[in-house]
Amino acid sequence: MSITYLEAIREAQRRALRHDPRVYIYGQDIATFGGAFKATKNLAREFPGRVIDSPISEDAMVGSAIGAAIEGMRPVIEMQFADFSSIAINQIVNQAATYFWRTRVACPITIRLPSGGNPGSGPFHSQNLESLYAHFPGLVVMTPATVDDAYNMLLEAIEIDDPVIYCEHKYLYNRLKVESLKETELPPHKARVARAGRDLTIVAYSAMVHESLTAAEQLQRESIEVEIVDLRTVKPLDIDTVLSSVARTSRLLCVGESWPWGGVNAEVVASVATHGFHLLDAPPQRINSKDTPIPFSPNLWSVHKPSSQVIAAAARRLFDW
Amino acid sequence: MLDTLKEHRGDVAPSLFSDLYITAFKWMLLARITEEKLGNLWRAGKISGGVYLGKGQEAISSAVGTLLKPGDLFGPLIRDQAGRLAFGEPIIDVFRTHFGLRTGPTLGRDGNVHRGRPREGQFPMISHLGSLVSVVAGALIARRFRGDRTAIGATTIGDGGSSTGSFHEAFNMAAVEKLPLVVIVANNRYAYSTPNSREFACNDLVDRARGYGVEGYSMDGTDLAECLEVVGNAIDRARSGHGPQMVVGHCLRLSGHAEHDDAFYVDKRLLESPIGRDCLKVAESYLCEHDWADKTQIENWKKAARQQVEEAVAIAQGEPQADPNEEVWCPYATESLAEAHSIR
Repeated sequence: MSITYLEAIREAQRRALRHDPRVYIYGQDIATFGGAFKATKNLAREFPGRVIDSPISEDAMVGSAIGAAIEGMRPVIEMQFADFSSIAINQIVNQAATYFWRTRVACPITIRLPSGGNPGSGPFHSQNLESLYAHFPGLVVMTPATVDDAYNMLLEAIEIDDPVIYCEHKYLYNRLKVESLKETELPPHKARVARAGRDLTIVAYSAMVHESLTAAEQLQRESIEVEIVDLRTVKPLDIDTVLSSVARTSRLLCVGESWPWGGVNAEVVASVATHGFHLLDAPPQRINSKDTPIPFSPNLWSVHKPSSQVIAAAARRLFDW
Repeated sequence: MLDTLKEHRGDVAPSLFSDLYITAFKWMLLARITEEKLGNLWRAGKISGGVYLGKGQEAISSAVGTLLKPGDLFGPLIRDQAGRLAFGEPIIDVFRTHFGLRTGPTLGRDGNVHRGRPREGQFPMISHLGSLVSVVAGALIARRFRGDRTAIGATTIGDGGSSTGSFHEAFNMAAVEKLPLVVIVANNRYAYSTPNSREFACNDLVDRARGYGVEGYSMDGTDLAECLEVVGNAIDRARSGHGPQMVVGHCLRLSGHAEHDDAFYVDKRLLESPIGRDCLKVAESYLCEHDWADKTQIENWKKAARQQVEEAVAIAQGEPQADPNEEVWCPYATESLAEAHSIR
């Protein structure tokens, strides 16, 4: 009996619905149909009236979640694709993110963003928007990379008294599997060392943790020992764990699937340069997707985002610097 | 239409209606005097940012605030001083917020009309028009989950705000969910400087109600009696399970968009038309015509309101401004995240 990343997300929602009467889920095609990716499959039947189909109205979905949250509920909003959350950006960044600051009343909503690409998904079904949401004060932005994190962090997201943008990676949905779920002791806003190594630090999150792990295995055969820090949550950013790693390795490579300009990678590089310049033996590097819209053609798409080969090549250059 | 409504509200005895009218009138009066004070304070340089007044819309706003019951939910907008007060906003909140005081409901973090008391069912607006409609709708969803079948929600918007996608999404969603939501559209003819002709193409905004599958009513927003009848009916209908209600109140904004705006663009013919009447003066005449109050009585109410306003201003002016050194520069409610946020 094994469980996938996608099933972990479903199980977390099932557990939240079972144990917390304040929880309900609202989104498009999530009730009878079970969601575009089946993340809520059978939940409507199991929890009648608490897994609700919404009209195609992302703004109203999030706005209503805010109203319900300040009245004591714990809504979970499923965006059908992360890309469509841009319709709701006003409610997310202006209404929800500022709510506690303006009123001292908490706004505990969870917005699930099925993120990242699959071959043939194109410019509007593939986006990674964590950098965008991380820019706005008041939001927590989670980017789980493992099945256990997908499960535990979603439960934490629902428990947290602040609005959480939960970026779940579609590429990992059915590709990641574990035998059984483990509870984690690590608080959701803490990064973790996903692989220990002495020669250089790769900071990654979400699906890029796995591309980086693949690169690290290749590099190990070349006697380069890579340490990988999985950020888990990109906002707030656990820069201390990153700095500790850089203190051991003296080299930093950041890998993210979102666009390069002003993103999570840029923030990590800036923070390490500011607080750990003395730790570095080489200029910090970053790899992002190309600074174009995301292409439809699988051939183009495969080189648009960072791959293990590109990561390995960058790591070699950094190691040899 | 009004005859039908009066029939529907036949259970309200005339004496009770006069009480209701007088109560609503007093909130209008207090709102007008509060806002006159705000205008003066702004001109004297005592208020940072904008001052947005609701002159000409007090009848609509007061009707909503007066008719809602404790436990109901209210999402007021820019020109709702009367409704806010009637629904229970302490007048001191008005001045604390405009002065940017740390004693105010927003701690000086937001100003002017962006205040509220969410715990008491009065939701603060943000500047993005239309976005409060779904928030009130969501609060009603929460009430429904909790088994509260008695509360209703009301929110107000203008002719301009009703053109937003956010308004449409929220109203449509409320209709799908059959929520007890009353949306009052004060058509004051201008969205900032943009006239109705550049804002929508239907004859009357209430025509949209049919498209949403909700009940809709149109009313003379300068006539408090009519506002109380029509809004009261809509609230009753919402409360008795007839789903969202749309009420369009026709009026004219009798001020600029904000105090910096002299409203030179307003068509002077509108000022002379029935919607250009000052609802407060109309209500004063109505009170006298019905012998519910005479001029001396009204003058005494005005004096009492002025005193209330002056007292609130005096208290607020003695209180501390928001202080950067004492501010908690953290946007998170969750303690562990607040700690994580403050590390670097």
